[in-house]
Amino acid sequence: MKTQAIGVLLTGSLLVSACVQGDDDGWGGWGGEQAGRDVAAVDNSLYQQECGACHFAYQPGLLPARSWQRLMAGLDEHFGDNAELDAAETAAILVWLQATAADQSAYHRSRSITASIAAGEAPLRITATRYFQRKHDELPARLVSGNPEVGSFSACQACHRNAEQGRFNEHEVRIAGYGRWED
Amino acid sequence: MRALFRTMAWAALGLSPLVQADSVSQLLDVYRADGAGPFSAAQGESLWQRAGVQGSRRCSSCHGTDLSQTGRHKRTGKRIAPMSPAVEPQRLSDAKKVEKWLRRNCKWTWGRVCTPQEKGDLLSYLNQSRENKR
Repeated sequence: MKTQAIGVLLTGSLLVSACVQGDDDGWGGWGGEQAGRDVAAVDNSLYQQECGACHFAYQPGLLPARSWQRLMAGLDEHFGDNAELDAAETAAILVWLQATAADQSAYHRSRSITASIAAGEAPLRITATRYFQRKHDELPARLVSGNPEVGSFSACQACHRNAEQGRFNEHEVRIAGYGRWED
Repeated sequence: MRALFRTMAWAALGLSPLVQADSVSQLLDVYRADGAGPFSAAQGESLWQRAGVQGSRRCSSCHGTDLSQTGRHKRTGKRIAPMSPAVEPQRLSDAKKVEKWLRRNCKWTWGRVCTPQEKGDLLSYLNQSRENKR
């Protein structure tokens, strides 16, 4: 009887502690967020295939719908590359992006990113948002642009080792060619 | 008449998943229907290394000159699987995918779509690596 009670108490406290996060991620695992995930993962295979072929498949929760609309309207001039898709694929991806964009998401980082972008702005670059820049402003150039293993802030996965799962917290950062980085 | 052949070639391409036809020969037929051919893998190799609109940009910039090796996107650094079907069996197996990438990459590298002749030569070069294992 006593052993069972202790067992229940232990399990209960473990469950509770799993929901509490002590870093700056915010208020933890409930409220629609999967444990530890900062933005919703990419669950669209067309997007993963077409938009992850040349670079990291950025989660739609990293930019508001108006940014995605602007981006998808100019795929022939996509940051200096041609990323054209046929009309059906463009439409299918855009519908999904608009539904899962940062301003449509309950994930707290999506909300923070959205809040940092003025209503009239539709930035094409995640790295140009004020939220992003605030979060990365302490990094010296030699670790990013001056680092051949990283190259630019656009290469999320070079430092955020679980970026593909939508996890960007600082504890899981391992800067390529450098190592851990925590404030 | 040419228009008829072209339509038939594209129709055959659409049916190719059903008949397990070789995507490369299907595409070459389509290009022939557009008046291109004969095709040359040697010419394809020369095209592969031909500089484009930005001087330094060419197919080999990202895909390399050894098709059995992994390539790298010039800007993002993203690894690109080898182009050789001998190493990556799914390469050249999907006609729609081949056409899509030729369209995008010709535009981006040379500033225009590739002609059917150029596409046939390039495909012949890429397909040849299947035999050469290089």
